[in-house]
Amino acid sequence: MGDHGPAQGFGRWLFTTNHKDIGSMYLWFSFAMFLMGGVFALVIRAELFQPGLQLVEPEFFNQMTTMHGLVMVFGAVMPAFVGLANWLIPMMVGAPDMALPRMNNWSFWILPFAFALLTSTLFMEGGGPNFGWTFYAPLSTTYAPPSVTYFIFAVHIMGASSIMGSINIIATILNMRAPGMTLMKMPLFVWTWLITAYLLIAVMPVLAGCVTMMLMDIHFGTSFFNAAGGGDPVLFQHVFWFFGHPEVYIMILPAFGIVSAIIPTFARKPLFGYASMVYATASIAFLSFIVWAHHMFTVGMPIAGELFFMYATMLIAVPTGVKVFNWITTMFRGSMSFETPMLFSIAFVILFTIGGFSGLMLAIAPADFQYHDTYFVVAHFHYVLVPGAIFSIFAAVYYWLPKWCGNMYDERLGKAHFWLSFVGLNVTFFPMHFVGLAGMPRRIPDYALQFADFNQIASMGAFLFGFSQVFFLFIVIKTIRGGKQATDEVWESPEGLEWTIPSPAPYHTFTTPPAVK
Amino acid sequence: MKSSASIKSIVIRLLLVTVGMFGFGFALVPLYDMFCDITGLNGKTNAEAFIPLADLIDTSREVTVQFVATNNDYMPWEFKPQVFKMKVHPGEEIETTFYAKNPSSKAMMAQAIPSVSPSRAASYFLKTECFCFNQQQLAAGEAIDMPLKFIVDRDLPGNVSTITLSYTLFDITNGGAITGDSLAIR
Repeated sequence: MGDHGPAQGFGRWLFTTNHKDIGSMYLWFSFAMFLMGGVFALVIRAELFQPGLQLVEPEFFNQMTTMHGLVMVFGAVMPAFVGLANWLIPMMVGAPDMALPRMNNWSFWILPFAFALLTSTLFMEGGGPNFGWTFYAPLSTTYAPPSVTYFIFAVHIMGASSIMGSINIIATILNMRAPGMTLMKMPLFVWTWLITAYLLIAVMPVLAGCVTMMLMDIHFGTSFFNAAGGGDPVLFQHVFWFFGHPEVYIMILPAFGIVSAIIPTFARKPLFGYASMVYATASIAFLSFIVWAHHMFTVGMPIAGELFFMYATMLIAVPTGVKVFNWITTMFRGSMSFETPMLFSIAFVILFTIGGFSGLMLAIAPADFQYHDTYFVVAHFHYVLVPGAIFSIFAAVYYWLPKWCGNMYDERLGKAHFWLSFVGLNVTFFPMHFVGLAGMPRRIPDYALQFADFNQIASMGAFLFGFSQVFFLFIVIKTIRGGKQATDEVWESPEGLEWTIPSPAPYHTFTTPPAVK
Repeated sequence: MKSSASIKSIVIRLLLVTVGMFGFGFALVPLYDMFCDITGLNGKTNAEAFIPLADLIDTSREVTVQFVATNNDYMPWEFKPQVFKMKVHPGEEIETTFYAKNPSSKAMMAQAIPSVSPSRAASYFLKTECFCFNQQQLAAGEAIDMPLKFIVDRDLPGNVSTITLSYTLFDITNGGAITGDSLAIR
């Protein structure tokens, strides 16, 4: 088979069905969204630098908190993981491409339109969505700005993109593995993505249904969430969190897979407890469906409901603990080295565990009445998402970038990026625990004077963290443009089929399936 | 290795799951209502008139019933119970009224939504007649006494001694939408 390269010009990207091209586009798109969502976050932190109203009106502040959440969740984290899946899953299972390459192209290219719709609302009369990324009714129905309809259609398109991406990933993993690659021989990144894809297919349609009900309430006179017409706003929260809780695992399970690939390489030991990792991931996915109301402890549930959701939530700590135990045991007495991907992975294990512990505190129903809707919640979910999802994506980029583009990144710059991010992140989010416990509410443009010091510290950390990511962009571009030639193995005997192909990875790989022992 | 037939069957099955879960999202609505009806969660009471079967009154027991009237956001009506608190015997049919007045300069439509607290008493609080079963229309400046008849079920758990019935009054003149008019009235 002849090795024909990519087409020339912009048409290559528009019409490509190549998993590597599409993976790259997903990653670049998600990075653009990451910067945009980051700018929104910096508007928030700049306003909160001092008490009182300085820079923006409260209405605009609300739009910033909402858009920051929506863009980071649906625009940055999820497409980044889909991009990594596109690049890596075919190479990891020994397939020539994804199972449905044309649909792959489509599921990417509808995303820019979804986010164009969403961000265009900021320039409309009445402003963009201002009801928080959780868009609780009736804030998002009765009291919503007129642009809410654009928001609803944007969510529909994002959902369609995610569902198509997931169908593609499942079909690839189940059908296109190289001979001999049994399910229990698959790399953990493939396993965690398989489970994530099932989660997506189960809950993205529920989200679509949820926003469709909003649409009908707003435009067609139904009363799903309108109490005056016999509906119930609390129902909205149940439907939303039935989607929303599995969604938080959608944003972390692929991260577990990435870290499980990186730690063994730099500890120079095989991963401890492979099978238990698979079962732990599956248990977390199952449990994620029966804990949603822990987001709603204060809506007035009966005691039996509070207890059920409290215990079920705490149960998740068991499989998560298994994973953390396995990562630490993999490192234990390994001959470790601390290249940038490993630094991000170790920070992941430590900081994600801190986020997990504050999650356990929030899971305690009676205590949650104090923490609910405070900055403690903000601190908690940023500790699981930033050093969780985002750090794992950084780690993945540093780990696989030499394979993708054939050049080694500059180790000194990579380490500098890690330490700037690590310090910036902790300075930003750790003080939020304190102001939260002291009672500072979230999504508020102004605050009482006693919170001023910690907010000032958090804002300085946020700007440090934010600008470090521009530095990351510089490192990535520098690596793509040149640098030390990477070997085919890149690292010291890493595991996986992707290291058996040349660096940079040719445009077409595994056109004849490899043999897996 | 790749076989298009099995990819097709996987895709079809996954699409069916997608459609099914979209339907499940909507099915959550009746499921939720059913769940609340059965358990009395959310303080939901009967939305249709209850027809009493036998009038056996338990005179050995007295239960305090309190009435609360609240206006939803932007609702300008005066709205209050004529009696705030009463003692009743379980099984006895009681009649009371709520007062409503439309002080605005135009005709308005309202809907009252009831809720019972504690929620475990909700299914024992039986309304035989209620203004909340219908929408209320009042001309500008018009006032009305709205009737409520209820029975506290004799099977009410012994540890419930006080029941609070709370009404929230919604402005549904424009189908519940918040409009410039209702903002101006406020």
